[in-house]
This record gives sequence, C-alpha cells and structure tokens, in this order.
Amino acid sequence: MTIVSNVTCPGCGSLCDDLEIEVENNVVTKVKNACGMGEARFLGYSAHRRRKPLVRKNGELAQTSLSDAIKETARILANASYPILYGWSNTSCEASRVGVELAEEIGGVIDNTSTVCHGPSALSIQDVGFSTCTLGQIRHRADLVLYWGSNPWSAHPRHIERYTNFTEGRFRRSTWNKYLSSLSSYRAERRLQRTTKLAEEAHARQPEKKPIDERTHRLPPALFEKDRKMIVVDVRETRTAAIADYFLQVEPNKDYELFQALRALLREEELQVESVGGVPIDVLEDLVDVLVSCEFGVLFFGVGLTMSAGKLRNIEAGISLVRDLNQYTKFIIMPMRGHYNVTGANIVSTWQTGYPFAVDMTIGYPRYNPGETSVVDILSRGESDAALIVSSDPVAHFPKDAVRNLVQNPLIVIDPETNATSLLADVVLPCAIAGIEVEGTAYRMDRVPLPLKQVVKPSRTCLSDEEILRRILREVRRIKKRREVVANG
Amino acid sequence: MTSLEVTLNTGRTLRQGQGKEYGKLSERYWKSVAICEIDPDDLKKLDLTDGRLVKITTESGSVLVRAVKSVRAPHPGRVFVPYGPWANVIIASKTHGTGMPSFKGIQAVIEPARTGEKVLSLEELLHAHYGKE
Repeated sequence: MTIVSNVTCPGCGSLCDDLEIEVENNVVTKVKNACGMGEARFLGYSAHRRRKPLVRKNGELAQTSLSDAIKETARILANASYPILYGWSNTSCEASRVGVELAEEIGGVIDNTSTVCHGPSALSIQDVGFSTCTLGQIRHRADLVLYWGSNPWSAHPRHIERYTNFTEGRFRRSTWNKYLSSLSSYRAERRLQRTTKLAEEAHARQPEKKPIDERTHRLPPALFEKDRKMIVVDVRETRTAAIADYFLQVEPNKDYELFQALRALLREEELQVESVGGVPIDVLEDLVDVLVSCEFGVLFFGVGLTMSAGKLRNIEAGISLVRDLNQYTKFIIMPMRGHYNVTGANIVSTWQTGYPFAVDMTIGYPRYNPGETSVVDILSRGESDAALIVSSDPVAHFPKDAVRNLVQNPLIVIDPETNATSLLADVVLPCAIAGIEVEGTAYRMDRVPLPLKQVVKPSRTCLSDEEILRRILREVRRIKKRREVVANG
Repeated sequence: MTSLEVTLNTGRTLRQGQGKEYGKLSERYWKSVAICEIDPDDLKKLDLTDGRLVKITTESGSVLVRAVKSVRAPHPGRVFVPYGPWANVIIASKTHGTGMPSFKGIQAVIEPARTGEKVLSLEELLHAHYGKE
C-alpha cells in the first residue's frame, strides 16, 4: 500500500490540496481529508469508464483503434466550417492550451463552461473591474463573510472549513466551536420539546419562520461582534443558510434591486419604499451598518446571481457595492467557481487569445462577443456544423434547444467517463483523468495555480486528453497540408 | 387536475455532486437529480405526498420527476430541481445577449402526474428528446 500526500482534489473550485490517498495495487482504497464530493471523485473514478475509442457506424457506437478515432476526429474538424470546441473546465491547463491551438488551426469557436456559470461575472469584471485577493488573505483576516446566491455547504463543501468561518486564521478565530454549541443547544431544545409537556412554551421561544415581510426588523447581536460572522443571502434556505449567523431571504430575480438599495442606503439616501426584494428597509439599514463596521469583509457570490434575471448586471451591482464599501472599510469580492479548473480555462484562454471564454477564431483572429460567439447561442441559432467536447457534459447541462442542434451535427467527445454527451456522440475518445491518473496544473477560484498529482496509473489504452488533442492537431495539420499540395498542383 | 404556479430554481446539491462522481449512468445520480423539492403546504395543495411523481411545465416543455418534501420550509410557490438532464429539458435557451440561459427564477407550473406516467431513465429521456441513445 502506498500513501500519496498533499494531493490536490480535482472536485470543485476550492481545489483543496491537503488530501491523503491510500492506493493498493493501483486502486484507490481510502481518501482522507476530502469532502463527500471529493471522496466520490477518487473512489468512483473507475466506474462507468470506457477504455477504448468508439466511432458511430450505422447508428451504433463501435470500438475502433485510437489512430482511427483520431483520424476520424481530424477529418470532421478539418471539414467543418464553423466547429465549436467546448468544455475545458474539468481538465488541466495544459490540455486547454492545446485546445486553443487547435481552435486557431481549424478556425473554430472555443468556449468553456464559464459560459453557463460565471461568464456574466467575467463580463461585469471587464466592465467595472473588481477588488479581490487570495483565499489565504481571507482565511487569516476576514471577519465578515457574505455568501450571496451561493451554497458552499453543498457545492464547495470544504470552503467554509478551509477558507472562511470554520478555519483557524492567524488573526481570526474559527467559529466552529460556536457553531457546535449552537447545534447542541438546538438539539437539546428539540429533545426538551419532545420529552416535556412544555412543547408549546418552548416553541414560542423559538424564532418562528415567517414570510420575509413579517420577520423581525432587528439583526442578531452576533453580527455586531468582533468575531467572524457569516451572512447568507439567497432565495431559499440552503444548508449554508442554516449555519449562517444571519440568513436574508430575497425574492427570486430581485438581487439587483437589493444591491442597489444597499448602495443607496450606504450613501445615506432615503428610500421611499417599505421593502426591497421582499426585505424590509429597516433590515437593510441594519445590514449596511454591519457591512460598514467590519474590518475585512468578503462577498462570495455564486451562480444564483449569474443565472437569474439581471445576470451580469447583478454582478456589476455587487462589485459596485463592494467598491463603495471600500470607502469605509476593507471589502473584497470573489466568484465561487464551480468546476475545479474553470478558472484555469479562463486564464489559459485569456493569455492565449485575450479573452476568457466564447472566443471565435473563424476569421483568423480572436473575436469575442458573448451572446453571439457563446456556445449556447451558436447552438440555439443552429449555426455550428461540428463539435468537440472535452471533459464536459453539455447534453446534460445545456437547454434542450441547444442540445438538439449539438447532436444533429458530428459530435466528438474526449472524456474519461461515460455521460449523456458521450452516449450521443459520433466519436468517443476516452482519456486519463487529470489529477488522478495524470499530472497537470489547475487554478483555484482565487487564481492561484496548483499542481495536480498522479495518484494511480492510467490504463495503457487511455492517453491524457492533452496528448490526444496534440495528435488530433497533428492530423489536422497533415490533412490541411495535403489539401494545399493538391490545390497547388 | 390541480396545478400550481411556481418559481423554479435549478442548482447544485451535495447528493447531485456525489452522484455525478459515481457516474452519470449510476442509479445514485439518477435518484439525486430527477427530483423536485416542494414546500409541504404546496404538496398538500396538489394532493401529493413525498415520493409521488410531479410534472413540471415551463415555456420550454415538461418533465416528470419525483416530488420531495422540502426540509427547509416554508417557501411557498418556490420549487427546486437539481442540475441535470431532467431539469435542462425545461430550460429555455434564450441568453438575452449574455451567453447564459436563465437556469433560475423561471416561471413554471407543477401538477401531479397522471396514472401510468413515469420518470424517464437517462437513456429514455435522451431518446425522447433528441432521438438518439
């Protein structure tokens, strides 16, 4: 048995790099320090895998050799006039780099999954900039943490434990014990309710969950203490909201109004309404006091803002609020990136083409116009004529109309696992998993690059996606050269 | 048949996150995403109980999933479906010039499934909507 230490988890954008993996006979047997999702990633990596390439013949996927699958892929891509290359967030930066080169060579559109997660955030940041820092700074210094439209307990399960309220920072104490005590007292109270006849009286002492407009107008005293505090703003009470010091429930699609109301109150303007987004003005006034009185605040925002009405404008308002708050105190803002290397995909795309996603290379140089050059829009308009998907599952995660057009044209999938997209693909190229079977580089959500380790050896028939892409690129160049020779006589 | 107008949010759950890692074809994944979390009072209004089938309809289409009584109620008029193929067949592809479809805050109608209707498996869903499997 061997133990691999300090393994970076290719699970989510938190990129926890303290995992310990036990390996026996090239099989992962135990995972330490990981969350439920990370553990599943390492223990379930070999389930539902295909090890050999497939090509669709007479409507059925049939096994073929790697070289034949690569030749077929290159032929499809070289013949396409408007191919899309999509995915890139669940693999290494090294693979993304080759992807950009391939997109340039074939004159295609390269887009990554941020187009359906934090693409609007990128647009806002390009519009108004943003003040941010690393997660290490937050861990050691932040005393006020806001999760807005984000549910890290479910999507980034160790984020709170490693980087915010439940971590022991150099200058900030963990609130883990405080949370445990509150949990114990809550449980004790529940037991009391069950075992005594004082249930009604005990219930009366509990804050009753009422619709937002009937809530108390005062915020809990814990928010005004010097300790670490957590506020969650969301449209529903999530698991993260349940552990926060205060949960602010906003009506769906009203985040923009709430941000702007907070900005107005910060400027000491009077609002001529009783509530905004379902939240009473009194609560918002108190909230502004909390925001201003912290020493180091951080606003983590999730796709609750980018996927609902307002989209990029929600983020713009959030960034503007943080900018305004910096006139009074230190405040930063950070998107909660989902896929483990979606930040890396943005970074590679930016240093290669100048743009973070939705880059159109069809006219020989990079062009960027999300809404036009973004994959969902291209597919919805039915414009693309082939697609290469790398480590992603758009059939499961794109709207139906977009998927219909995706599967109508030749579809090539490079992915370690079988998923909805690979079931409908015309060419399937199984690859080794970056961060488990092959090494690489990934960027954490705060743009810190971390090395991905090899924990087990891949099957001999599975190359890394980077190597597969290189071979496709070589084959495409060969085809183009042959055509040039023929054209020139 | 009784129906209810609701706001639909789709999103991540820990079970969905684990399920996808154990394989998109696994029962664990299917059971974690082909569900709809509904407020207990809304369930009563629809004469539904936890585990029964519910049909969700938006401007883009309909899908059948299993109703789950929400443990973090009340949130009347708001339902939640985890990310996945079942949720995405009822998401509109309009991006309003941003590249991003609206996966949250969608107007929808929920109603109990008719007798004989069932939740489609992944392969059945793909075949029904895209004609391939």
